[in-house]
Amino acid sequence: MDLDVLFLSRLQFALTIGFHFLFPPISIGLAWLIVFLEWIGWKRRNEDYVRAGKFFGKILGLTFVVGVATGIVMVFQFGTNWAEYSKFVGDIFGAPLAAEGVFAFFLESAFLGLFLFGRDKVSKGVHWFSALMVAFGSTISAFWIIVANSWQQTPAGYVVRGGRAELTDFWAAVFNPSTLDRFFHTFIACLIAGAFLMSGISAYLVMKKKSEEVSQKTLKVSLIFGLVVSIMALFPTGHHHAIQVAKTQPEKFAAMEGLIQGQIKAPITIFGIPTENPPALNYDIRISGLLSLMAFGDINAFVPGIEDLQKAGKPTPPYVITFLSFHTMVGLGSFFIVLTAVGVFLLYREKVYETMWYLKLLLWSIPLPLLACQLGWITAEVGRQPWIVYGLLKTRDAFSTNVTGGEILFSIIIFSLIYMFLGAAYIYLLARKVKHGPEMLQTIEV
Amino acid sequence: MDLNTIWFLLISFLLTGYAILDGFDLGVGVLHLFARDNRERRVHMNSIGPVWDGNEVWLLTAGGAMFAAFPVVYATVFSGLYLAMMLILFAMIFRAVSLEFRSQVENPWWRKFWDWSFGIGSLIPAILFGAAIGNILRGLPIDADGSLTVSFLALLNPYALLIGILSLTMFVMHGAAFLAIKTEGDLQKRMVRWINRAWMAFVALYLIATIATYFVAPFLFEGILVNPLFWILFPLLLGAIIYIPIATRAGKFFSAFLGSAVTIALMISLMGISLFPRMVPSSIDLGYSLTIYNASSSQRTLTVMLIIVLIGMPIVIGYTAWIYKIFMGKVVLTEDSY
Repeated sequence: MDLDVLFLSRLQFALTIGFHFLFPPISIGLAWLIVFLEWIGWKRRNEDYVRAGKFFGKILGLTFVVGVATGIVMVFQFGTNWAEYSKFVGDIFGAPLAAEGVFAFFLESAFLGLFLFGRDKVSKGVHWFSALMVAFGSTISAFWIIVANSWQQTPAGYVVRGGRAELTDFWAAVFNPSTLDRFFHTFIACLIAGAFLMSGISAYLVMKKKSEEVSQKTLKVSLIFGLVVSIMALFPTGHHHAIQVAKTQPEKFAAMEGLIQGQIKAPITIFGIPTENPPALNYDIRISGLLSLMAFGDINAFVPGIEDLQKAGKPTPPYVITFLSFHTMVGLGSFFIVLTAVGVFLLYREKVYETMWYLKLLLWSIPLPLLACQLGWITAEVGRQPWIVYGLLKTRDAFSTNVTGGEILFSIIIFSLIYMFLGAAYIYLLARKVKHGPEMLQTIEV
Repeated sequence: MDLNTIWFLLISFLLTGYAILDGFDLGVGVLHLFARDNRERRVHMNSIGPVWDGNEVWLLTAGGAMFAAFPVVYATVFSGLYLAMMLILFAMIFRAVSLEFRSQVENPWWRKFWDWSFGIGSLIPAILFGAAIGNILRGLPIDADGSLTVSFLALLNPYALLIGILSLTMFVMHGAAFLAIKTEGDLQKRMVRWINRAWMAFVALYLIATIATYFVAPFLFEGILVNPLFWILFPLLLGAIIYIPIATRAGKFFSAFLGSAVTIALMISLMGISLFPRMVPSSIDLGYSLTIYNASSSQRTLTVMLIIVLIGMPIVIGYTAWIYKIFMGKVVLTEDSY
């Protein structure tokens, strides 16, 4: 049997990064919400908020550990499976990974230990500070990872010399044309994931009439927060990210938007069924001119389509996957705004705690932001193909040539088994914690 | 001193930090296999509970720094030792989650499973890190093009296994010293016995390994013998090793722990000096070796990275020390414990 090493390397990377990326968004989002809960608990001496902080702190601990365990793999996988890539980009790509360790990962890990185990050992202020450092550290961590990935999307501050990309300007590489737009959008997406986890769990506890003095408060906090960040995912962060893609990666943009032929007054696609080879869009519903207007601020701006780019000799990404993942993500994002807006409306009418269908809907919506995160990531990564570093290095030239297909197949099988098991254990333990509900405080010391 | 040399020192420093800090975590994990009851197991896990995660970051940062400063070593070695790397990663995944998962369900089978996963998940890296170093010391088959292909079985040669068992005894000794600080009574007495047992095995294996190295990779001695300044490391190492059982006998477990930490640091220093300026010697021809010059990033990247590390690491060391101070003292099991 002849195994395709390139395909297997890609499969393993997609599998391991996809599974890993389920956990950091929850950790980041939850950490910032906990910072808020613990702040109220500390400053207003409110026992309910302290209990809430403790309860969600334990869920954060559980989530964080799975994130760490699966994250170790990522640090080494560029070397094990993408050796040619690592040699080509090491001069630039390694620095943000190392910076992540030095500036972020130490911070969040060290202070998570203090947050989870040190409640009785330090003052309330220091304990709150430890929660803040966990949130801050995990956010900085996301920043450096996105710096590294954004450099793959829109490389800058380098020169290709002696068969590798060499750094010429550190800050230009760090703040390359896509870094900030991608960071803000991803960060907001993480906050949505945290908010939805909290509102879903709170909704369950409210339905079961468990610790309502705590769960009603966390439901309220997470719904309001969820509405704000859901809107921010669309505007300004999503909007600006799309503008940036239109300007810097037209191939990805055309595939995302399902634009086959370039045109002025380019339309936005609301719905459509895409087919590959040749790329086409059927049963489409479009709003003419809106894409030109939104991407370039001018209804008469020309937006190049897939065919124009191909004719110009530019390789274009797999179109169906890019289009579908992008549009599903946008659909989910719109749903998040509606869902949380309904919740805030029900809160205002003081009905939310009795509206069973809505609480149930919140519970079942917990995984949706994670799905949206995955789809956004797929859009970004598949939309960049066939490049691994846009315009510089192709994915097919980047994998480790000294690793055999059999070895990778073996590791894929083991990773799949371990991750399925971990995923099941995580959900099982999460459900147990939720059913148990927030603990009573042993000693009143708020 | 040029930037490449500084980076060789910094990577050695990060690996030393990892070996000392996560080293005792690994040792505790291996000793966990010999714990007698649930309370002891909880004491083991909670002794490292608040700090293990931060300790592991030393490895991740060393990996990231290796990628940034010496990308060719990072790419060549990790892809060349593919299956061994995967085995370490699988083990470390289990080790990390078992700490968090074990305490959450009271079912004895659940706990037994995660106890084994914690123990074996620590045992495998404790041996394989040593075996990897053994393989690097004796040289890997790097060819003229700088590419490396080596089968997993070839990595399990006697010399590498010897270094693997040596590192295991070292981490067990180090972990037992740590647990002796953190425990009392019967468990502490048993840890004292573990320190002594592991110490004897460590000393014996270290002597054998030194002799074996002379035959397997004689070029390693050149670097050390050339400069009399380095000779001072030998009496220091000897002193640190001898001090461990003396301090243990006197009941000064923290001093014994420091003794084993210094031992680890000196062993890595000696290893670094013997390799320098090579990072991975080639067993085909020493001329094909990966060195701090032919495997490094550009001078600009090394400069930028140096600034990052010089700003970041003092802060890291500061708050890490502060958090260790907060959790000083014997393990007390509370409702927040694992």
